[in-house]
Amino acid sequence: MAREIPYIAAVQEAIRLEMERDDTVVFYGQDVAPSDEDPLVQAFGRNRVRVSPISETAEIGMAVGLALSGYRPIVELLMAEFMLVAMNQVVNEAPRLRYMSGGQVKVPAVFKAGYGFTAGWAGQHTGSIYGMFMGFPGLKIALPATPADAKGLMASAVRDDNPVCYLINYLLVLEHGDVPEGEYVVPFGEAAIRRTGSDVTIVATGWTVGRALAAAETLAGEGIQAEVIDPRTLNPLDTATILSSVEKTGRLVIVDQGTRHGGASAVIAAEVAEHGFGTLKAPIAQVTALDVTVPYSEPMEAYVLPNEEKIAGTVRQVLGEAPVAA
Amino acid sequence: MQELDNDRLVWMFTQMLRIREFEERVKRTFEEHPGVIRGHTHLADGAEASIVGSLATLQPGDQLLATYRCHGYPITLGTDTKAIMAEIYGRKDGLCGGYGGSMHLADPGRGFLGTSGIVGQGIPQATGAAWGAQLRNQGQIVLGFFGDGASKQGAFHESLNLASLWKLPIVYVMENNGYNVATQSEQEDANAAAGEPLSVKAKAYSMPGVTVDGGDPVAVYEAVGAAGDRARAGDGPTLIESKVYRLSAHGNIIAPPGVPLHYPEHEAITVFGNREEYEAALRGDPVPRFRARLIEQGALEAGRADEIAQEVHDELDAAVQFALDSPYPEPEAAARVDYVYA
Repeated sequence: MAREIPYIAAVQEAIRLEMERDDTVVFYGQDVAPSDEDPLVQAFGRNRVRVSPISETAEIGMAVGLALSGYRPIVELLMAEFMLVAMNQVVNEAPRLRYMSGGQVKVPAVFKAGYGFTAGWAGQHTGSIYGMFMGFPGLKIALPATPADAKGLMASAVRDDNPVCYLINYLLVLEHGDVPEGEYVVPFGEAAIRRTGSDVTIVATGWTVGRALAAAETLAGEGIQAEVIDPRTLNPLDTATILSSVEKTGRLVIVDQGTRHGGASAVIAAEVAEHGFGTLKAPIAQVTALDVTVPYSEPMEAYVLPNEEKIAGTVRQVLGEAPVAA
Repeated sequence: MQELDNDRLVWMFTQMLRIREFEERVKRTFEEHPGVIRGHTHLADGAEASIVGSLATLQPGDQLLATYRCHGYPITLGTDTKAIMAEIYGRKDGLCGGYGGSMHLADPGRGFLGTSGIVGQGIPQATGAAWGAQLRNQGQIVLGFFGDGASKQGAFHESLNLASLWKLPIVYVMENNGYNVATQSEQEDANAAAGEPLSVKAKAYSMPGVTVDGGDPVAVYEAVGAAGDRARAGDGPTLIESKVYRLSAHGNIIAPPGVPLHYPEHEAITVFGNREEYEAALRGDPVPRFRARLIEQGALEAGRADEIAQEVHDELDAAVQFALDSPYPEPEAAARVDYVYA
């Protein structure tokens, strides 16, 4: 049975369910349950639910140590940029320890954080920085775009035996959607086809999935049928589903809130250029954030980010229609 | 903490000899088998008493994490020296299959969860493992090893704060060898510059801080053992400053391929021109010091000590030969997906 709940409630529900089914799951972070009246503290006790100081290196490093000693920590890091403070633990410790030990150890840890809070939070709290994590083999990346995926991908993240960056877009947290009750697991590495279409493939991530679907509706009114694919996880990346869609449509527009260079969009473009070039009828197009720091003032912030108009305009261009000013 | 009987004292002496002989063989490999060891190695000669005295306190289920200067811990825990040497030689039969090398040994089955090659970064991991021990609630503890240089890292301070706040069962063992690579402690540590021991850092985190002669394995055993008892009782962490003198340079020289690698002289000589400091350290070498003490107190006969030395010599002969004979890994083993992802 599904019922409509907000995205943020779906995340919390998944954490509670995973803590119920597995005693080794612990949850902690800055401002996590400071009150003993917190429902998670009431349910699982202070051993497994703790509030930690502003010490990202210790928080993330301790997650690595907990994981090495048989636990499944979920660290609440609030904002993805705070991971930068402890970058060594995120990218140079957690994902490398298994490989360097010759497969002797595993590091099942979830680094949970928000990203893309483009609501006037300016340059240091609005980034969509996950693209850089794609360069670290061993580190998985989940970007849930719907309340149901927020629940199902958290369940997978906790159960995964590897470190996972589980990143929620802050602009989505109050959006409602159907979420199955009880145990619900969305496997990593399986893209979702959010809308089927035959004229163009739009691959969109995280918050931009909804923007791409809205653009697709507009385009449908013009007789253009767009297929919208949400990879759901960037590592593992379901290139097979993307390539199969491009084989059908012959055209690809990639939409991502991150920057263009060194980002998720560039990786997807390269995969399709290498493995699907023969099926393309037009050059691959990318709709990403501009390669600038996100500015504070609203009109500038909007100018930098992808939106429905930019997506629709780019699709029209790819289909050979008249260019539309970005 | 258990009393150290003669058998245990002789066991400790034997482990110290094994570490010393192992490190000597690593160093000699650069001369005797040029090109066999690639990259960077860091030796524990001089720190044997501190390592063995610390690990002698371990009980079943205890765990430890260490730094890139890591050969001595698995040797003491009983990991086969053949596998450790083969790892350093980059061979298929290495402890980590040739994936890690000298800086990244791990033997989780013996409680050795691994190392970090980045200064200070193993400290929070050891702290997290201690939270795991607290959750298991079976009286187990974690030993976290690091150098004096790491105590200038945020990771150290963040971890000690949290461990004390949460009364985690961990003993932080700082092996203070007086040098950050080539910089002396007084040049980069406010406590050292003020003439205070580095263990005073514990005061900032409301935990006991103890400075001990890291050249005396019994003193280390007693200090780490008392801290371990405290941790097992749920009373929280302790910072131990174990003062050692490393008898080799920080590591072998770092050079691009084609330049033969070797160990230069200690930084006291090469950087500070102070040969007397180094020679005084040699005169106080913990290994012969402990041998003489055991013989003097009747725990060990000189003849038996020589036999042990011969056994250790033979063991390491075999380890070097095994490592030389072991094949290299197949190149495509580098792409093993099951090692990248569990």
